[in-house]
Amino acid sequence: MSLKLTTRKVGDVMVIDASGKITLGEGSTAFRDRIKELVAAGDKKVLVNMGDVTYIDSSGIGELVSGFTTTTNSGGVLKLLNLGKRVQDLLQITKLYTVFETHTDEAEAIRSFGA
Amino acid sequence: MAARAPLFVLMPETDSGSTMHADLTLDSSLESVDSAEELVLREARELGLDEDAQHYTSIAVRECMVNAVAHGNRYNGRKKVRLQVWRTEESITVQIDDEGDGFDHDEVPNPLEEENLMRHSGRGLLMIRAFMDETTVTRRVPKGTCVRMVKYLRPPAAGNS
Repeated sequence: MSLKLTTRKVGDVMVIDASGKITLGEGSTAFRDRIKELVAAGDKKVLVNMGDVTYIDSSGIGELVSGFTTTTNSGGVLKLLNLGKRVQDLLQITKLYTVFETHTDEAEAIRSFGA
Repeated sequence: MAARAPLFVLMPETDSGSTMHADLTLDSSLESVDSAEELVLREARELGLDEDAQHYTSIAVRECMVNAVAHGNRYNGRKKVRLQVWRTEESITVQIDDEGDGFDHDEVPNPLEEENLMRHSGRGLLMIRAFMDETTVTRRVPKGTCVRMVKYLRPPAAGNS
C-alpha cells in the first residue's frame, strides 16, 4: 500500500495521520511535500501519527529527519505519535530516538506542545 | 519501465547443501528494487523466518538494491544489477552486484556520529548490517560493488562479520 496522508487540526496542533509505506519514491516525496506545505502555511506544531505506517526504509527515515529540520528551522516543533515496534527499532538502530520526541497517547502528545 | 525478469529460477543443489534459488539480471530501476524485495521476502517466508525477520530481511534487500540502482548504477539504463539467492535448510544468502564505480565503505560517514545524525541519507548500510547476520561488502575491480548478506533461521551467537 502506498503512503496516505491526512491532516487534521487539534487546537493549534496539526496532526498528520500517515498510513502505508514511507519508502524511496512516491511515499517519501509525498511526506516531504506535506511537511513543506504545512510549514509554508504557518503551522508550527506538527504531530505525525505513525500508527498505521506499515513499512519505512532509510529514505523514509531520512524524510522524517528532513521534516524535523524543516519544522525546527521555521521555529516550529515536530513530534511523533504511535510508533510501531518496527519503526521504534529503526529509530534505535539509527540513534534517532535521541532526536525525536515520541508519544503513545494523542491527548498527552497534544498537551506536550503547550499553549 | 523496466522489464521484469522471471521471479523464480530454480537451480540444482550444490555440494555445500546450498541451493541457488535465483540468478537474475535486473534493470537499474525502482521496479527492480520492488521485484528483488518481493522475491527475497517469498524466499525468507519459505525458509521459515518469523514475520519480523522476514520484514527486516526484505528491508535489507531493499536498501541494498537502492544502493545498487541509485548510488552504484545511478539509474543508468545500460548498467545492470545482478541478484543471486541461495538457500540451505538453515539460511538464506543474497548477493547483489552493481556496475557502478564502487566505493570504499570505510569512507562512508558514520551515520551514528553526532555530526551526521541529522543527515538526510547514508543509513542504508547501517540498516543492512543491523538486520542481517552476516554482511560483506566487496569493491570489484575494475568496477562495481558486491554485497553478500546472510540471514540464519536461528541467528548465531556472534554478530555481523
